[in-house]
Amino acid sequence: MKKIVILGAGTGGTIMANKLRKELSRDDWEITIVDKHKTHYYQPGFLFIPFGIYKEQDVIKPKADFIPSGVKLIFNEIDRIDPENNKVILNGGQILNYDFLIVATGTKTSPEETPGLKDELWYKEIFDFYTIEGAVALKEFFETWQGGRLVMNIAELPFKCPVAPLEFVFLADEYFTKVGIRDKVDITYVTPLPGAFTKPRATKMLGDLLKEKNITVIPDFYLESVDNKEKVIRSYDGKEIPFDVLTIVPVNKGDDLIQRSGMGDDLNFIPTDKHTLRSEKYENIFVLGDASNIPTSKAGSVVHFASEVVFKNLMCSIKGRKMRAHFDGHANCYIETGFGKGSLIDFNYETEPLAGNYPLPGIGPFGLLQNSKMNHYGKVIFRWIYWHILLKGKELPVESEMSMAGKKK
Amino acid sequence: MAQKTYAGVTVEVTDDGYMIDSSKWNEEIAKEIAKEENIELTDKHFAVIKFIRQNESGLTIRKVGNSGIVDIKGFYALFPGGPLKMSSKIAGIKKPTSCV
Repeated sequence: MKKIVILGAGTGGTIMANKLRKELSRDDWEITIVDKHKTHYYQPGFLFIPFGIYKEQDVIKPKADFIPSGVKLIFNEIDRIDPENNKVILNGGQILNYDFLIVATGTKTSPEETPGLKDELWYKEIFDFYTIEGAVALKEFFETWQGGRLVMNIAELPFKCPVAPLEFVFLADEYFTKVGIRDKVDITYVTPLPGAFTKPRATKMLGDLLKEKNITVIPDFYLESVDNKEKVIRSYDGKEIPFDVLTIVPVNKGDDLIQRSGMGDDLNFIPTDKHTLRSEKYENIFVLGDASNIPTSKAGSVVHFASEVVFKNLMCSIKGRKMRAHFDGHANCYIETGFGKGSLIDFNYETEPLAGNYPLPGIGPFGLLQNSKMNHYGKVIFRWIYWHILLKGKELPVESEMSMAGKKK
Repeated sequence: MAQKTYAGVTVEVTDDGYMIDSSKWNEEIAKEIAKEENIELTDKHFAVIKFIRQNESGLTIRKVGNSGIVDIKGFYALFPGGPLKMSSKIAGIKKPTSCV
């Protein structure tokens, strides 16, 4: 009996468990998936919680509901991977041997990396919205806030879902307008990037939108520390920005188990071949999604597209053939822009987000780099698609490889 | 694309001044590029430049800060403003791209 072990039962691990169990004979292949948490979070939904659009129960379901029968599901902390000996060691000493390993342990926020961040104002006037706890605490804070300086800061690159902080300030603009205190709320977007986004055309489109909504952008700000007494954030080159409430994307790191296994880079992300998605060092280890160091967005859409490539290349490897599938870095992100509208960007390693239609060229229904109601509906309906189609590894009418059809250069 | 002459050597540079062929780089060229940025290069600068030339792929400010040569604050002090962009330019390597 041969063995595949999947570490992490988030978006990537769950998709792989479903795809692999359908493909591989139960007589020949044992598939095991390990995760420390029993709850599956629909993470794109966290963004809506501070504004009362979603509640906690809208974004959670038991992980076990999405793992197919015939896959062994273990809830336990993973101590480490021993890649030289093809073993995973769980807490308590249980050992899982594998022929192939898929690491899909994701990324997590590490507020403790920034001095003063997880201090006396944490979850009082300083919040993240990348955890359910942070999103819920922020909702409670916003419910009675009287206004002041709202600062949205990104601590470090890369970070999960790079459009989320933009969506956050757009939704905050709408929320405080509707509450009737927008004139008392000063919104500032503070980023280590040279502009609103990384690529020129998207940066322009989003930069214009921020301006239109009276949101100030402070670029090239690399966070050193948070001062809880003075209520300012400081950069390494001595710039200070005062806040009344700070919402932050803390430093993102790969799981600590990657460090314990000696397999990560400075931020515990695993060096991975960006085209084959196989570990650079180990031929029987694939890395799916946020856990890898590939130079594209850390986002669910990327995991979804990448899972096709990991699946195909794993099949080639099992058969002892050369890997054929080639990941292009495809990412596709809906961007909520407030007041019932949204935008959409579609890009890969080589091509920046361009204007056009998606997924059907010339038809859409979604407009790339446009601000429309239809794009917002796309985001709304996506939650249903996520739970019912995507996690189960079923086919969606979108290609894993980015297409130039329907795009304007 | 443009051409520039540094220390008697003509090199191809991008529109924002980054050398196309990093193999043409030498310390004299570095000193002249630095001069354009109002930086006088010290041994410490050169130690950082050496590190970033050796670690061009996946270079980040944090990585330089963990190099043991300078911490992040020191990196900013050596190359004020945008330390990664400026040190890359002086080191004759490609403009760093941020990935999010």
